[in-house]
Amino acid sequence: MLDATNRPFESLPNRPGVGYKPQHYSDILANSGSVDWLEIHAENYMGDGGRPIAQLRHLAERFPVSVHGVGLSIGGEAPLDTDHLARLKHLIAWLKPASFSEHLAWSTHDSHFLNDLLPLPYTAQTLDRVVRHIDQVQAAVGRRMLLENPSTYLAFAETEMSEIEFLSAIVARTGCGLLLDVNNVFVSATNQQTDPVSYINDFPVDHVGEIHLGGHDEDSDDHGAPLLIDSHGREIVDPVWTLYAHTIERAGPRPTLIEWDNDVPDWATLESQAARADRILTKISA
Amino acid sequence: MTTGQTDFTRAILDPDLAVPPGLIDPQGRPAGKRFAVYRNNVAVSLTEALETAFPVVRKLVGDEFFKAMAGVFLRQHPPVSALMMHYGAEFPDFLETFPPTQSIGYLPDVARLEQALRRSYHAADASPIAPEALQDLPPDRLMAARIELAPAVFVIRSPWPVHALWLANTVDGAPKPQMRPEDVLVTRPRFDPSPALLGPGAADFLAAIEKRGTLSEALDAAGDGFDLGALLGQLLAGGAITGISEGT
Repeated sequence: MLDATNRPFESLPNRPGVGYKPQHYSDILANSGSVDWLEIHAENYMGDGGRPIAQLRHLAERFPVSVHGVGLSIGGEAPLDTDHLARLKHLIAWLKPASFSEHLAWSTHDSHFLNDLLPLPYTAQTLDRVVRHIDQVQAAVGRRMLLENPSTYLAFAETEMSEIEFLSAIVARTGCGLLLDVNNVFVSATNQQTDPVSYINDFPVDHVGEIHLGGHDEDSDDHGAPLLIDSHGREIVDPVWTLYAHTIERAGPRPTLIEWDNDVPDWATLESQAARADRILTKISA
Repeated sequence: MTTGQTDFTRAILDPDLAVPPGLIDPQGRPAGKRFAVYRNNVAVSLTEALETAFPVVRKLVGDEFFKAMAGVFLRQHPPVSALMMHYGAEFPDFLETFPPTQSIGYLPDVARLEQALRRSYHAADASPIAPEALQDLPPDRLMAARIELAPAVFVIRSPWPVHALWLANTVDGAPKPQMRPEDVLVTRPRFDPSPALLGPGAADFLAAIEKRGTLSEALDAAGDGFDLGALLGQLLAGGAITGISEGT
């Protein structure tokens, strides 16, 4: 029998969402403003019970929820951690989220989890590995995943294809979708001294199921070149908003997440960032 | 030139190692400070995870000392899973052998109490029994019964005043700790774990209960001076009893 209450939200709306922080729980329930959906980090909801799970159950009855994994290490040389994959499968099975995404990065090696999204070279060999891992993940959780483009601070001498060629090949071989982080595009293009607009123009936008926007910090490298750090700790800068508007013009409206994970602001500040995304989405889709 | 993740990981965790070859900037020069961004991200995020897990230990040793100590710990004990809620399992033992904290005898047990509070927070939900379920049982049947404790229940035994130390560093105006051994019961009424001081013999009683002993057997283990009524009151108030079984 079809149980509609069991799966209230089949997909994310082409509207603003925010990364959920427990300190905003009451504010969100009282008045979510421009925010129409929520994203959680999968790993924070892999405990056995208690408040995190109870809050998530309550929110998921009211908002579409996106599960965003940060610990799977899809770009890792090592086989995927099957215990972690089982935990992810369990979370997705009971929550039935509107979307599930992970990163083109690695974080686990030699059974050490480094809690950061580390870069990988783009070669035929690493492509095979990532494709294998994504096939394994999609088979385990029983649904299509979105893969997020990384923010990078350095390059690999061994790299033999562009990030877009790499991502496009992954999509073609695995059938996964993409999560386009526009701040990561801006950060990586600045750090790699390439053009962020060309990146967006070349991006396979038909496969984009979600967009991320976030704040970054500014630093410089050993030679004085700008080095942007993807910190998720402040407001989104104007050039990233401009790049976002360009992305929406090209791709059409997409579910758009405001990511603010460090120095988390009050709800009003976070909601105002979502409202700004809302204005761009509304203007361009009108 | 390939840069393997073994070398990358080693260099991330050991700032004294050179940046692995094959990592470059846009002009093809060695990555230098660009690699340091990853090193810093890893160290900062793991330090923050430890600060979240052990706020009272941090308060006891001071921010600066805690950060430096976390830097040593995270390199010796990088996380073994992606669940940051479990990171720091080895931290209490580390505090026992880390030379600068070796002499602070109570510190490892304070860390153990904080760890118990965190585990309790994330423990599985369970429905507590109604107090009447115990009170309505005739004494002889009660003594022959076994009780089940919620997954969120933890007991910490210490030769140090861990409960008083925890209170003094979390509650304004809490009394100054007096040197004495303390046993602590962690319960989670609904969602917020709370530590309570256990009376004499109560930790022995609970250890016997954990081993599936009857109340009568647990009472024997607790010895003289144990107050069963007081402990049952603490357990019921904390929603810690999830079942009573009679026979076998």
